[in-house]
Amino acid sequence: MSDSLMPANARPSTGVVTAPRRGRRSLAHSKWPVLILFLPPALLVFTVLVILPMGEAAWYSFFNWNGYGSPTQWIGLRNYQLIFRNSAFTQALINNGLIVLVSVCVQIPLALWLATMISSRIKGALLFRLIFFLPYVLADVAAGMIWRFVYDGDFGLVGGIAHFLGAEAPFWLADRDVAMYAILGVVVWKYFGFHMMLFIAGLQAIDKSVLEAADIDGATGFQKFRLVTLPLLGSTVRLSVFFGVVGSLQLFDMIMPLTGGGPSNSTQTMVTFLYNFGVTRMQIGFGSAVGVVLFVICVTLAFSYKRVFMRND
Amino acid sequence: MTDISAAQPIDAAKAPTSGQPVRRSTQVYIYVSLILVAAIVIVPLVSTALGGFKTLGDLRANPFGLPVEWQWSNYTDIIFSKRYWLQMTNSLIIALLTVFLTIWFGAMAAYCFAHIRFFGSSYLLNYFLIGLMFPAATAILPLYIRIRDLGLIDTYWGVVLPQVAFGMGMSIMLFRNYFRNLPSELFDAAFVDGCGYLRFFWHVTLPLSRPIIATVGIISFVSSWNNYIVPLIMLNSESRYPWPLGIMIYRGEFSTEWQLVLAFITLTILPTIIAFFLAQKHIIAGLTAGAVKS
Repeated sequence: MSDSLMPANARPSTGVVTAPRRGRRSLAHSKWPVLILFLPPALLVFTVLVILPMGEAAWYSFFNWNGYGSPTQWIGLRNYQLIFRNSAFTQALINNGLIVLVSVCVQIPLALWLATMISSRIKGALLFRLIFFLPYVLADVAAGMIWRFVYDGDFGLVGGIAHFLGAEAPFWLADRDVAMYAILGVVVWKYFGFHMMLFIAGLQAIDKSVLEAADIDGATGFQKFRLVTLPLLGSTVRLSVFFGVVGSLQLFDMIMPLTGGGPSNSTQTMVTFLYNFGVTRMQIGFGSAVGVVLFVICVTLAFSYKRVFMRND
Repeated sequence: MTDISAAQPIDAAKAPTSGQPVRRSTQVYIYVSLILVAAIVIVPLVSTALGGFKTLGDLRANPFGLPVEWQWSNYTDIIFSKRYWLQMTNSLIIALLTVFLTIWFGAMAAYCFAHIRFFGSSYLLNYFLIGLMFPAATAILPLYIRIRDLGLIDTYWGVVLPQVAFGMGMSIMLFRNYFRNLPSELFDAAFVDGCGYLRFFWHVTLPLSRPIIATVGIISFVSSWNNYIVPLIMLNSESRYPWPLGIMIYRGEFSTEWQLVLAFITLTILPTIIAFFLAQKHIIAGLTAGAVKS
C-alpha cells in the first residue's frame, strides 16, 4: 500500500484518543453504535453462507446422504476412500495439474512476451491491449460455447480448416486423448489477457532510468530484458503465477459447455467431478467430501505459496 | 504485497512508454506477432457473430467467410423472443442486487476495520479474508441445503446472497485499504467538530470513495453477470434463469442448429462487449485492481 504517502499507521489510535477531547464521550463518538450497526450484516451473511457451509461440508462428508431428512448414515472416512479410488478423480487431479502447468509455463511467458511488445513505443498498442483483454471479460460459459463451435468438425472452424486442407475433419472434443489439450487452448485464450495486463502494469512501474543506464552500458535488448526487466518484475510474476494456480483449481464453467467432463471422464476437473458425481446424483456426503479435498488443496496452496514465494512482496 | 495499481492504476488510455523508439525490423516483428495473436483472439468471435447470419448448410460449407445470404431472421427471431429478454433481465436483477449488497455490507464492515479499534478486530478481518482462498464450489452442496432450508431455492435471493457472501472478502479488503489511505486529518477535524462515526461515514467517507465503490461494483457485477455454478445449483425454473444458464438450455434445445446457437451466443455476449468498449478504462482498471490489491 502507498502508506508512504499518508501516515496510515497513525490512524488506528485516532478514534480512541480524539473522542474524549470534547469532555464526555457522547453516543455519536462512541464506537459501539457503529460496530453494532455496521458489522453484523457482513458477518452474518459471510458466516451463514461461507464459513458454516464449509464446516458443514466437513461434517456431511462422513455420511452417506441424499439430502433428504437429516444425515444419519455415518460411514466415517468411506467417502474419502471412494474419492481417491475413483479413477475419474485421479484424472481430475491430473487435469488440474495440467492446467496449472500450462498457465505457468505457457500462458505467463506468452503474457509477458506480449506485454513487453505492447509496452514498447508502437502505434496501436492501446487497441491490441483491448483486444487481448476482451476474452477475459467474456463469461467462461460463453467462451466455452464459442470454442465448442470452433472445434466442431462439421460446422466449426477446425472442420473448415481440415476441409480446406483436404483432410478428414477431426472431432477433438470427442476424442479422449485430445479433448483436454483442446480445453487447455481455450484456457490460454481466455486468460492470457489478464496476465498481460498485470505485466503491463508491472512494466509501467519500472523506473525508466534503470533501462536507460543499461542502454548506456551497451546492453542488448535481450540482456536488458533478462537482467533488468525480469528481475524487477519478480513480484508481478509471482502474483501472476498465484492467480494462475488459484484460477486453474476452480475451472468449471468453461468445461461444461465444451465437454461436461467427458468423453469418458477425460476432461474432468475437481469441480466438474464434484458437480457430476456429487450434485447431479444428489450424493451430498460424497460431493461434500470432494469439496473438502478441494478446500484443503486450495488453502494449502494459497498459504504455502504466499509463505514461500510472496513473503517479501 | 506490492501494490502496483495503487501507485499506478492500469490505464488503458495512457500511452505506454518504455525505452527508446523501436528499430524498424523489430517493429515489423512486433506487429506481425501482435496481429497474429489478435487474429487468434478475434477470429472465433467474428466467426461466431457471422455464423449467426448463415444457414446451416452455409455454415457447414464455409464456417469462416461472409454469409452467402444474410439470414437476419436468425437474429431477429431471438431479439423478438421473450426468453432472450427474460434472461437478460434476470441476469441484470441478480447482478444489481449482488452489487448493491456487496458494496453496502462490505463498505460498512470495512469502515469498522479501517477506523475503529476493537477487541479481536484483526482476527475478525482475517476471518473475512479466508473467503478469498476458496471458490464457492467447495461448499456448494451444504450451501444448497442451507438455501433450501431458508426457503430460497428458485428465487433471486438464493443466488444473490451466496454471491454476496463469497464477494465479502474482496469487498472488505478493497474498501478497508482505501479507507485507511484517506487523509487522517479529515477524521480528526470531523471529530473535533463533533461529527461521530456514523455521520463521518455518510458525509465524508462515502463521498470520497467513489473510485473504490466503482471498482468493487465492477468486480461484483462482472462476476455475478458471468456466474454459472451458483444459479445452476440454486434455480430450477427456466423463467428465472440468468443468461449463462439460458445459453446452455438453448444449446440443448437447438443442438442440431448451430447457426441459431451462434446467433444466441452473439446476442448474449453483446452487452458485455459493448459495455467493455464503452467503459474499457474503468473495467480494465477495476478487474485488475481487484487482483493486484489483494
